[in-house]
Amino acid sequence: MSAKISYDEVEVGTELPAQSFPVTRATLVQYAGASGDFNPIHWNEKFAIEVGLPDVIAHGMFTMAEAIRVVTDWTGDPGAVAEYGVRFTKPVIVPNDDNGALIEVSGKVAAKLDDDARTVRVDLTATSAGQKVLGMSRAVVRLA
Amino acid sequence: MALDPSFVGRTYPPTDPYEVGREKIREFAEAIGDANPAYTDTEAAKALGHLDVIAPPTFVFAITFKAAGTVVRDPQLGLDYSRVVHGDQKFAYTRPVRAGDRLTVTSTIEAVKTMAGNDIIDIRGDVHDEAGEHVVTAFTKLVARAAKEG
Repeated sequence: MSAKISYDEVEVGTELPAQSFPVTRATLVQYAGASGDFNPIHWNEKFAIEVGLPDVIAHGMFTMAEAIRVVTDWTGDPGAVAEYGVRFTKPVIVPNDDNGALIEVSGKVAAKLDDDARTVRVDLTATSAGQKVLGMSRAVVRLA
Repeated sequence: MALDPSFVGRTYPPTDPYEVGREKIREFAEAIGDANPAYTDTEAAKALGHLDVIAPPTFVFAITFKAAGTVVRDPQLGLDYSRVVHGDQKFAYTRPVRAGDRLTVTSTIEAVKTMAGNDIIDIRGDVHDEAGEHVVTAFTKLVARAAKEG
């Protein structure tokens, strides 16, 4: 493993570069195919409304996949992720228009865990349309 | 409907091996819009110290969730799968999943409880490679929302 960020360079409070990830209906269809999750709440508006949702929503696992990119783009090596967990608090609502939705993710170093293993905990914040969509979103990352 | 508490601690037999294909990894990386070369370029992955292209961190969920599906659909458990939503998800990695891996999943029910009419189940999926070495463990919390009154 060879992360490009050095453990010695970071401190508690170090911010990772924030990113925004657009998601449209086409994105969700593509993710459904790649992940094998064909639940119609992610592509069929009629079905989504019938089960009480406001509209089609993104796969929670799609949002989880996007959020960790703030960490993997920072370290360069996705293999540096030792642990990653989230709570799905609110759905990302994806309207059927040209814009879709935007998932905005920021992260910062919350703790330096182990000077020998050179691991840090990164806390992530993910919002869409002003709503927090992930809770307890944390990754443990091995740095160089 | 309350879940059968005797299911706590139950472990299911390992799944048949799932072979991780490099084109499947590429398809997944494209679907999440992630151009990290470690997912598609063997040389780039090797430069990072990996034996072959690796998969994005959440890739393995498709495999562990399929394994969990056979558990949560066990009629003896009493979970209303049509009302299930994904509550929490966590992964603990020994190493990243990579192309060529033949992975098996052993699912264990860690907890079942009912809170405010919602049935909640925690499932652990331990993923091992062909050599029997641990790769990653997935922790999945599923919530079956309470049926509406009347």
